[in-house]
Amino acid sequence: MSTSSTAPVQTLPREHYLNATYGIRSWLLTTDHKRIALLYLASVTFFFFVGGIFATMIRIHLLTPTGYLVTPENYNKLFTMHGVAMIFFFLIPSIPAVMGNFLVPMMIGAKDVAFPRINLLSWYIYLIGGCFVLYSFSTGGLDTGWTFYTPLSSVYSNSAVTPAVMGIFINGFSSILTGMNFVVTIHTMRAPGMTWFRLPLFIWAQYATSIIFILGTPVIAITLLLVGLERMFHLGFFNPALGGDPILFQHLFWFYSHPAVYIMVLPAMGVVSEIIPTFARKPIFGYSFIAGSSIAIAVIGFLVWAHHMFLTGQSTYSALAFSLLSYLVAIPSAIKVFNWASTLYKGSISYDTPMLYALGFIGLFLIGGLTGLFLACLGLDIHIHDTYFVVAHFHYIMVGGAVMGYVGGLHFWWPKITGKLYPEFLARVAAVILFIGFNLTFFPQFILGYLGMPRRYHNYPPEFQVLNVMSTAGASILALGYLLPMIYLTWSMRYGKVAGPNPWPATGLEWRTDSPPPADNFHVTPEVDWEPYDYNNRPDLGLAAPLAPSPAPAHGDD
Amino acid sequence: MHRTGELYGHFQTMEQQKDSATLGMWIFLSTEILFFGGLFLTYTVNRHTYAAIFAECSKSLDLKLGGFNTVVLIASSLTMAMSVWSAQVGKKKLVTLFLILTLFLGCVFLGVKAIEYHAKYVEHHIPGLPFEFEVGSDVATNAHAQLFFSLYFGMTGLHATHMVVGAGLLVWLIRQSLKGRFTPEYNTPVENIGLYWHFVDIVWIYLFPLLYLIDRH
Repeated sequence: MSTSSTAPVQTLPREHYLNATYGIRSWLLTTDHKRIALLYLASVTFFFFVGGIFATMIRIHLLTPTGYLVTPENYNKLFTMHGVAMIFFFLIPSIPAVMGNFLVPMMIGAKDVAFPRINLLSWYIYLIGGCFVLYSFSTGGLDTGWTFYTPLSSVYSNSAVTPAVMGIFINGFSSILTGMNFVVTIHTMRAPGMTWFRLPLFIWAQYATSIIFILGTPVIAITLLLVGLERMFHLGFFNPALGGDPILFQHLFWFYSHPAVYIMVLPAMGVVSEIIPTFARKPIFGYSFIAGSSIAIAVIGFLVWAHHMFLTGQSTYSALAFSLLSYLVAIPSAIKVFNWASTLYKGSISYDTPMLYALGFIGLFLIGGLTGLFLACLGLDIHIHDTYFVVAHFHYIMVGGAVMGYVGGLHFWWPKITGKLYPEFLARVAAVILFIGFNLTFFPQFILGYLGMPRRYHNYPPEFQVLNVMSTAGASILALGYLLPMIYLTWSMRYGKVAGPNPWPATGLEWRTDSPPPADNFHVTPEVDWEPYDYNNRPDLGLAAPLAPSPAPAHGDD
Repeated sequence: MHRTGELYGHFQTMEQQKDSATLGMWIFLSTEILFFGGLFLTYTVNRHTYAAIFAECSKSLDLKLGGFNTVVLIASSLTMAMSVWSAQVGKKKLVTLFLILTLFLGCVFLGVKAIEYHAKYVEHHIPGLPFEFEVGSDVATNAHAQLFFSLYFGMTGLHATHMVVGAGLLVWLIRQSLKGRFTPEYNTPVENIGLYWHFVDIVWIYLFPLLYLIDRH
């Protein structure tokens, strides 16, 4: 967009990780974390579209009060399969496995993750788990809800529950291995001078996420294993008819699945913490508070699970404690939002595509987070429990938060991953379309829920139709907002302008090497002797004097 | 991934490589604690609810075989620790010897476990198959007894699965050790698989009283 005619003409490096070796074997047997990241990118995108097709069918079905498209039984399958595909196979691996794999070693100045072969193994485990789940989807589907509540899942459901829980069980080990790899990498592989408080905030977010992977995932694994055994051998762990306790299942399930929400949103917060100082041309405000709040969210996140179970008849005191603990999570989340706002204050802001996503994230996360407080409130939750208010709330966190962060991060690091720039104007248009489409889809659902429309029903009273039609219309705009980046990012891989090592420019270590990086990431092992996000003091990037006009970011349409 | 001696190319020093491997194993073991933790919680809740029936069911387990197995497993931890020590001081033949002893004791444990499982099969104590339990023939008691045995087979079965994996790792270690690969400078695999073996032992140390020793004075 801007016309900086002085920008030097960039050329691609002669040899980089994409052309270092050739052939299908060099991809399927690679141990290069950057190539594994791309393998994950392709596979999570596939599952995003699987889940997206189910979402589209749900929204078309809800166009009319009596339901438009499918039978009630098939509607149950649609929302279940949408949830399972999106949560376990897109959202949870999205930022950690794609961007985390690509960036964690680069940001700390390492040649690779600590266990490159285990890294590849975790991708294959993901694929095997994915095949089990696709088998379940295509042989009878799945109708238990993504939560697999017993005894519906273990006794009464006639759908293909066993392969689905086995698929999620297997997929869990992919998360565990990725988490272990990142924690070890961050502990032992940092470059000389890369102290803990010089780490990019994205790394802190990945570290916090990895802790949840490590400590939460095994619990869902054993729980779903028990459900599978119960279903196959008619055992009674969670079946009240045989003396088992279905509420115990819910405790075990949410012990993982609530922290799993932070698996989705923490890495997105890490992405936003990278983007905002870059395009505000200012050091991040409150570095140690943002870093610490990531850890705090991971820790407190483990202590709030029973707020999903306020209406199960748990004791009042237990509900009270979980309600208060749930409010506590708002504190570290708010610390982040205030620090991002303070970073923007008096910054020289440019509205490049990643920045649009980051700003969109802040706004949508704010709404999602604050409505979370409504739901943590015991009295109010009785009214809005299991309504579309809950659906809108968690989509604001997971789509408005996590997916905006993911797409924003993809744009931010695309020049590093591919060495090419995407068309900036089109990308900005897509970001705005996505933002509008998202709000039109999900804001009406807050109102629907508040008015009492229950979630997971295949029909609704006629007075709710206007809001449902708005939501469906929004979903079609949202779909366009996702298709556009798919198209122009793919286009840019071949036809985009060459980006150069540091197009924005940004201060992280990953921007100090070629784009795309060499197979070993850096030509010489970097030594870090500067503070993070030091945008006031970087003459090498042309950012020395805050009063002088900073160099404009390089764009694909320049 | 190119390798110089025992050092992989993405590490700078042997020390860094060893620290990474050891930290990775400890993290893996912490996930294992949570993995077994879900089962232990399910056990605790049900034992609290059905204390009397769980006590009766516990008495039907073979205390002698269970106790024998506990001794065998503790002995295998000793031999494992000895093989780590031997590797650290460079006694290559002793490493192999102690690894073989550990593998032998592990197999003894699994063999005894198979005998116990077979006894339960003969007594119709396996849930999911035709099930009978002597104390109280009413439907509810029968169901609660099945819960105990579901947990018994679930917990000891998961433990035995870990033993089988451990035995496989030991076979690999023995082969490497026969090649003389482990020296005072490089013995991380012995140490880390040792950590895993000890962890599996500790799980049994908890399983034995929880399953065999309810209400036995």
